[in-house]
Amino acid sequence: MTAPRIGVLALQGAFREHRQRLESLGAAVTEVRLSSDLRGLSGLILPGGESTTMARLMTEYALWEPVRAFHAAGGHLWGTCAGAILLSREVQGAPPQFGRQDSLNLLDVTVQRNAFGRQIDSFTTDLPVRGLEGEFAAVFIRAPAFTRMGDGVEVLASYGDRAVMVRSGRVTASAFHPELTPDARLHALFARQCAAPVATA
Amino acid sequence: MTEANTGTPALKQGFAEMFKGGVIMDVVTAEQARIAEAAGATAVMALERVPADIRQDGGVARMSDPKMIKEIIGAVTIPVMAKVRIGHIVEAQILQALGVDFIDESEVLTPADDQFHILKHDFKVPFVCGAKNLGEALRRVGEGASMIRTKGEAGTGNVVEAVRHARTVLGEIRAIQSRPAEELMTVARDLQAPYELVRYVHEHGKLPVVNFAAGGVATPADAALMMHLGLDGVFVGSGIFKSDNPERRAQAIVKAVTHYQNADILAEISEDLGAPMTGINIDDLIPAERLASRGW
Repeated sequence: MTAPRIGVLALQGAFREHRQRLESLGAAVTEVRLSSDLRGLSGLILPGGESTTMARLMTEYALWEPVRAFHAAGGHLWGTCAGAILLSREVQGAPPQFGRQDSLNLLDVTVQRNAFGRQIDSFTTDLPVRGLEGEFAAVFIRAPAFTRMGDGVEVLASYGDRAVMVRSGRVTASAFHPELTPDARLHALFARQCAAPVATA
Repeated sequence: MTEANTGTPALKQGFAEMFKGGVIMDVVTAEQARIAEAAGATAVMALERVPADIRQDGGVARMSDPKMIKEIIGAVTIPVMAKVRIGHIVEAQILQALGVDFIDESEVLTPADDQFHILKHDFKVPFVCGAKNLGEALRRVGEGASMIRTKGEAGTGNVVEAVRHARTVLGEIRAIQSRPAEELMTVARDLQAPYELVRYVHEHGKLPVVNFAAGGVATPADAALMMHLGLDGVFVGSGIFKSDNPERRAQAIVKAVTHYQNADILAEISEDLGAPMTGINIDDLIPAERLASRGW
């Protein structure tokens, strides 16, 4: 089996950390800045950063439809923090001046931006994640939370009464930053999903 | 549920990582903050006067009015940074109490202490500090800075000092990498930098924290140049709101940082932006007017 080729959306944010973690697992990585960069990928990670900045650049470089088409064609997607916001159907806490925030609408959830407060409220905690042995050292930075789960959305991790990692089909979203910890288990899971043949419904 | 930790070095430095490949813009009003957010800024720096005006008006430049900072916090959802004078512990406590996301201990304001910087480990809120060379950068990291910006000459619209100091810091990092491990204690002595941090630079070939460019960035090409040199992102101050068309220029600079390796895109976005800020030739500045030389 050849290594999967996985893209990391590289408009802004912590894309280098995702790249390094994937490469340490033997995956081939492409930085995605334009729609042509999606060619030949089996998975795409949308990193943490500023969701408003990334959304603006997604619009400027006409990336919304190509990423949706990539998913429709069988691509796997994983969003972390800001990337999770980009995947969700509905975004709460959009900038007051925008009223609403554009998103990919590939995950039937409502996501609340900055659900845990400002930077001084950011925290780390050992988090049980479904499918992992032992806890994951999760880093929450001005993190979002998933406040409404649509049909078929599985909650993989919760913090208190709030869902912080969810999955539906080929789309995974985590409110925390697995790329900021040395623990590569979640990246290994994603790389394995990208290596498996895509099940078409 | 396990206990949550807040204010740790990992959280502060991790937050700074999220700004990478982005532009942080100086703003003086809530309206400017909204323009910056709409243009794709990853954060705004709230201050009373942009460097170009501080230069023009003279006098003592201090921390901004908390009312103005609160208005800016209320106007946008992106992180809000604000500046304190070098060594002004109380201004920093006030900004932390206001809920500011990042504090810039900045030479652009008038220094409050001519010998000592703030012990930044004492705060939960992360700090960014300026540096002209590697020793200065590592001393600030040693005091707890979670982010470094290489100093340019703020408020001049002239990128030469930013380039000089970026090349100095990055060149010194490369020089350390080529030294044998047994020479590093002497390197630390010569740089007046903490030994453990010198070892980190030797091993990793980079600073232990995110490193942005600042001071004198006025055009998309300037911003792309700083990324090309190897910095992680860009601060833009007077360059945006002192130009003819702040919205378009701000958007273009954001795109330039993302696509700094793509000259076709840079050519496209640099077109027809209106006049940039006028700028000042740095050779014309008398030494007392140079801001980058503040800090030690």
